Amino acid sequence: MTTTILFLLFALVTLAGAIGTVTERKLFHAALWMLLSFFGVAALYVLLEAPFFAAVQLFIYMGAIGILIIFALMLTRGSMREGGPYLNDQWWLVALLAVVLLVVVGWLLWQQYGSVMAVHAVDEGSLVQLGRVLSEQDGYALPFEVASVLLVMALIGAVTIVRER
Amino acid sequence: MMGVPLAWYLILAAALFCVGLYGVLSRRNAIATVMGVELMLNAVNVNLLAFWRYTEPGGMTGQAFATFVYAVAAAEVAVGLALIVAIYRNRDTVDLDQINLLKW
Repeated sequence: MTTTILFLLFALVTLAGAIGTVTERKLFHAALWMLLSFFGVAALYVLLEAPFFAAVQLFIYMGAIGILIIFALMLTRGSMREGGPYLNDQWWLVALLAVVLLVVVGWLLWQQYGSVMAVHAVDEGSLVQLGRVLSEQDGYALPFEVASVLLVMALIGAVTIVRER
Repeated sequence: MMGVPLAWYLILAAALFCVGLYGVLSRRNAIATVMGVELMLNAVNVNLLAFWRYTEPGGMTGQAFATFVYAVAAAEVAVGLALIVAIYRNRDTVDLDQINLLKW
């Protein structure tokens, strides 16, 4: 019962933040709504008994990505005229598409997974298992290393793209 | 073990994805588009972790995939924002309706 109430609360926070992000005219406020949405998702990870990902969500999404987006907003400030339209011409079509997609997918998910409950308890020390899976050769060691190469390449690429010439 | 059905998490993630999709396709500012993409990636992670919790809490595949989604999301936002800043320097706008040099 408590879990249900907490889930509904955090789901409300997440969706309110998301809707604020896409409907807010002022971009800085939209970024703050986005951070609220990320916080709601972090709380949902706690409910899903994945505390490591709740912490990662706070550090990477609310910390790193939030700061990066706010920096980018400040670097490109003043390029959008105040008072001009902030939505493009096709927004009503897109809204219709999103609602139809949500109804169809939601109905399908409800048919398929409406009665699936969590029956197993999470093992103690699942974080140790995650570390082991990510570093073992027959686990995900190779994709993990490739992900680190991807991050370095993205870092170098970002620096190269924005460098003053 | 009480709790909510798996479908609740999945429907929440679908709603988050649809809201992000609307943001990506309807906003004129390029940075608002990046924010929409971030919401969509978050929805994917909620899905992965919900399936992990409900169907394989003993295994670690769901969590491992969520880790990779985080890495890709970080790379995506860094390169995406760098591109937007570079376009802003060259063309003095981040309005997607005016960034149409490569359009037909």
